[in-house]
Amino acid sequence: MSYAFDTTDIVLSVVKIAVVLLALLNVVPIMVWVERRGSALIQDRPGPNRVGPFGLLQSFADALKFILKEDIIPAGAHKWIYTLAPTFGLLPALTTIAVVPWGRKFFIEEREFLGRTLFEGGRWFEPVIVNVNVGILIVFALASLGVYGIVAAGWASNNKYSMFGAIRASAQMISYELALTLAAVSVLLAAGSLRLTDVVWQQSGTFRLFDTIPIPAWNAFSPAMWIAFVVFVVAGFAETNRLPFDFAEAEAELVAGYHTEYSSMKFALFFMAEYMAMTTMSALIVTLFLGGWDIPWYNEPPTFLGFILSVAAFVAKVALLLFVFVWVRWTIPRLKYDILMRLGWKVFLPLAFLNIVIVAAFIAMRWL
Amino acid sequence: MTYSFVPILLMILAAAILGAVFLGLNTIIGKKQRNPSKLAPYESGVPLLDESRKRVNVKFYQIAMLFILFDIEAAFLYPWAVIYRNATLTPAGISWFVFGEMLVFVLLLGIGYIYVWKKRAFDWT
Repeated sequence: MSYAFDTTDIVLSVVKIAVVLLALLNVVPIMVWVERRGSALIQDRPGPNRVGPFGLLQSFADALKFILKEDIIPAGAHKWIYTLAPTFGLLPALTTIAVVPWGRKFFIEEREFLGRTLFEGGRWFEPVIVNVNVGILIVFALASLGVYGIVAAGWASNNKYSMFGAIRASAQMISYELALTLAAVSVLLAAGSLRLTDVVWQQSGTFRLFDTIPIPAWNAFSPAMWIAFVVFVVAGFAETNRLPFDFAEAEAELVAGYHTEYSSMKFALFFMAEYMAMTTMSALIVTLFLGGWDIPWYNEPPTFLGFILSVAAFVAKVALLLFVFVWVRWTIPRLKYDILMRLGWKVFLPLAFLNIVIVAAFIAMRWL
Repeated sequence: MTYSFVPILLMILAAAILGAVFLGLNTIIGKKQRNPSKLAPYESGVPLLDESRKRVNVKFYQIAMLFILFDIEAAFLYPWAVIYRNATLTPAGISWFVFGEMLVFVLLLGIGYIYVWKKRAFDWT
């Protein structure tokens, strides 16, 4: 297949990038609102309710305030690294989503528009920014860069709390990254491909439990892969530094962890990066284990309608997982650091390996 | 095929521009009233005692080394995972051979893992 690379491709690609980036940027204020209202709900207090209806505009007011605040670089900080660290934290958070498919592909018919022929001969629209054959490797390559932003920030700040937060966070993140990558291997075994669109297609349709009850063929429901699902979700929490694993911040022990010295927009960038990383992680969990854009018990048609429905299903699943992130944060207390490291190396790592063997055996037995 | 990676480059660029714009806006619009006590690093309310970039517990280096070892092993599993399903579709005997190969690999890894465990590398006390 020769690679056709024309204006339509470029325009479609740019549109996709714009849509995804805008969606991610809008998720942040919404999630901040959900987090604050959600915590208020759980702790039985009103939460932000002054700016706009139900405090909906609170996040935008905060963003404006962040921009208007003074930009302080503390004495003794390494100026360049201190300034670049927030942007470096933002880069992986924004770009990792590029290989995650967010809808069913559909066929665009050729049509006339203002005297010009658009989509000559019709073409397939694949709702993923880059559909490359190394998909998940790109995810892990970019996601593991996230630790650099935190370490750079902690080291450059010239503050002990920042330093501790950064060192702890880096050890934690690399430990759980192992469990994360190994849990993903189980899914790739079943899909036989690193391409995330293939992973989703493999999960569409149903399998029959006891030959009677149809169950969506999502990896999370598969008898071979639910261990990997649990490992991946827990490691995902650790990887995004969310409670119960938020040792990068740990406000009870380390003031504010790696961003103790950060203020104004630089702090806001770290904040944004955290929520974007959370969103990406949710999207990844959905894609690998919860069927991606697949609607259970429904076969989406390859038309625009099917595309819209599948995108809605994907967004709904990601939103649900994001709520679980918030829910867990305000329900489970922080672990002790030694327990966290022990858990990562002694429990989740062997479990991930065990699951790889189980899935491989299932495939060799032709059960999967 | 290399062209298909261009959008990722575009996204990285977009993210960098976004970060630069936010930080630039902040630098231009934000207040500028500096004084020494405002610029001093936070040290629980007392003046800075000594430098903050001190030596770090060797445990962290150990974790970093173990991570590199195990991560490389994980990287070896990826190509195997991709071809595995097709390999099992080939006629009799081959599927269990491919499975056995992986089992040997994981077992070898397991021996190293048990060694590290017995050396108490995963304990923090």
